[in-house]
Amino acid sequence: MIRLAILLAMLSQPLAAQTAELTAVIGPGDATNALVLRSTTDLAVLGPVIEAYAEARSETRVLYEQWGSNDLRAISEQECQSGQAGADLVISSAAHHMVGLVNEGCASTATSGWTQALAPQLSWRDQLWGVSREPAVVVYNRDLLTPAEVPRSRFDLLDLLRPETSRFAGRVATYDIEESGLGFLFAFIDSLEATTFGGLMEAFGRSGAIATCCSAEIIDGVASGRYLVAYNVLGSYAIQRARRDDRLGVVAPEDYTLILSRAAMIPAGAAAPELARDLLDYLLSPEGRAGLEANDLMIRLDEGDGQIVEVTGTVETMERPIGLDPTLLVAMDADKRELFIRRWRDAFPQPE
Amino acid sequence: MPDAGVRATLSLKTRVALAVGSVLVLGGAVVLIAALAYGQQAAREAYDRLLLGAAADIATAISIRDGDAIVDLPISAFELMSLAPDDRIRYRVVGPDGATLTGDPATPLPEDGDGGEVVFYDATFGPEPARYVALTRRFAERSFSGPVRVVIGHTLLARRDLARDIAQNALFVLGGAGAVMALFAWLVVSRALQPLPRIGEALAARDSTDLTPLSLAAPREVAGMLTSLNGFMARLDRQSVATGKLIADAAHQLRTPVAAIRAQAQLAAAENDPERRDHITARIQDRAVGLGRLLDQILSRAMIIHRADTQPATLLDLRDVAVEIVEATDDLFVEAGLEVMLELPGRAVPVTGDALSLAEAGKNLLTNALRHGKPPIRLGVTPGPQAALWVSDCGSGPAEDMTQGPTERFSSRGAAGGSGIGLAIAREVAEVHRGRITMKTGDAGFVVAIELPGRAA
Repeated sequence: MIRLAILLAMLSQPLAAQTAELTAVIGPGDATNALVLRSTTDLAVLGPVIEAYAEARSETRVLYEQWGSNDLRAISEQECQSGQAGADLVISSAAHHMVGLVNEGCASTATSGWTQALAPQLSWRDQLWGVSREPAVVVYNRDLLTPAEVPRSRFDLLDLLRPETSRFAGRVATYDIEESGLGFLFAFIDSLEATTFGGLMEAFGRSGAIATCCSAEIIDGVASGRYLVAYNVLGSYAIQRARRDDRLGVVAPEDYTLILSRAAMIPAGAAAPELARDLLDYLLSPEGRAGLEANDLMIRLDEGDGQIVEVTGTVETMERPIGLDPTLLVAMDADKRELFIRRWRDAFPQPE
Repeated sequence: MPDAGVRATLSLKTRVALAVGSVLVLGGAVVLIAALAYGQQAAREAYDRLLLGAAADIATAISIRDGDAIVDLPISAFELMSLAPDDRIRYRVVGPDGATLTGDPATPLPEDGDGGEVVFYDATFGPEPARYVALTRRFAERSFSGPVRVVIGHTLLARRDLARDIAQNALFVLGGAGAVMALFAWLVVSRALQPLPRIGEALAARDSTDLTPLSLAAPREVAGMLTSLNGFMARLDRQSVATGKLIADAAHQLRTPVAAIRAQAQLAAAENDPERRDHITARIQDRAVGLGRLLDQILSRAMIIHRADTQPATLLDLRDVAVEIVEATDDLFVEAGLEVMLELPGRAVPVTGDALSLAEAGKNLLTNALRHGKPPIRLGVTPGPQAALWVSDCGSGPAEDMTQGPTERFSSRGAAGGSGIGLAIAREVAEVHRGRITMKTGDAGFVVAIELPGRAA
């Protein structure tokens, strides 16, 4: 029997520095084993996969905590320094945060057949593993854009924003990189990947593009027509919404598409590392992967018509997986971050 | 076939195998340590360069803006550091005032303060050991001046892996070389030891009375042993021949006197006339005394031949031998009412030999002179390359047929025991000492001498 309880914890603990956005208990209440899973993934998205896991392991109960990426990083670091891990498994979309934590020695080592089967760039030190596969996509409003207008690449987006009197001015949205760890990561990797990023930021700034928080909010805006186009939206959320909402179109940019892998680690000093390992193995196993795929967390880009993600380029050459390796530490550097954000702010004057 | 006297100890092959094995093991241990040290050194140098490259990358990315040093951390530095893929990385940039500009403030600084432009040092990263480099870049801008230090380090996993790899490869190569060396050693030793079983087989195949020298080709080391073996067999042969001679000699020489005594005894038993019987008894006694002397000489000769092969030659003064001869024969001369004139040089006459044998030979010559020569009798020693111990008398010497011919031992003159056997003893002693007997008959009389190769004093 599976019991799903959702508690809104945010309002009940207003004084705590970092708190989970949401907590849920998945699995039988009388289970002998208890596992704490902290994730930046929306419960609605990852929940079904965990439910399937709990169903397969009737003796395990999973306490699911949904966190914002910056808060999750802060509490993980704090707990690492104090030596008391509050979670058994941490999964975050802000891969650079996780690389930073592992680099600090906050993770414990685990190996199994499944972890070793991972692509080399999706595991680091046997302490950090990429469990999902999600492209950064462009979301647009099907009703408000003609097929010719749909931006297939960053160059198309630049072209749309170029005219002085562009109707896209002020109606393009992307993540606010200060509020969203994931947004920062995408922007940062963009800045390394191509020179288009400079032009894009300049165009965003000039046209008064909107930088705001959170995937759901951005996608809502596109659906409602407040934004015409959203840039660098995490594919999993976009696709889930697009399946239910005909107004939303999803494009994988053909110049290059960033592929994010949510990074999982077992904190050093976790109370139940064995259970965490078991859950990790489940997520990496074909069974778990099928579950992730069904919940749009394992997305394969395919050329051809009828796909939910529109792909116009050649998949092999456009995919840019974000590897879990020490180069992401650069994104964690205080000075670098400050410089980057300053550059960002110069382009995006805060619309006060 | 092993017998009770031969203890078969560890085989030579095993010994050589053990020796080569221990050399290889000891050498291997030394090489192992060297390989590990070398691997560590090589890995350290390789990754120190990587650290320095990353630090230099970061240092060049420092710029001065509005009087502040800004570090625009280059991704290339971390791509470089990623060449040690599993190592954790820690870095820190420190301004002139000691404040951390960016990076982890817990990153350790080198202990010796401002050690120089580049300082490598070992420290820790959390619980793990780590290696760091500190690179100093000096600024002399209007708004900012002083040294900025870039410190970057990482844990040692990649270094250890590389060191192990290098050491392992070195050991594989050296292990192979060791195996080849062992194989060659085995082949060489097997080949070197081949002559030994061959000699063994040659000896085993021999007839039990065959004491002739072995003639086999053998390496120099084994040839030495073979020569000794042949020498040993020759000695054995000589002794066995001598023993045979002694027995034949004794039988021959004793038969006649014993038969004579028996005949006299029969005569005495049949004689009724007391006077004649007394006469016969006196002759029996004479014969018996002569027989006793003969027996003495035969035994003395046997002793000399035996000593020749068993006694080691020592350095001695021939004059001492002459004095001893005179002392030993003193009572004989007193009995005969004669005196021996001793002629000795003032200096020592060194020869190598057996003093007892030489004295025995000299006694025989002197006794011969007493019995058969004419006084005055003289005994002397002459030094020189052929040192001589001589006896002279004024007689004409023995008959011609006695001084020549190879079978002196059968010559005996007279019932009292001949000078022949005494001479034969002297001759054998001379030969054993690689010398010879010379006899001269001149106006002054007869001189018999034992000439021996002399030695420088």
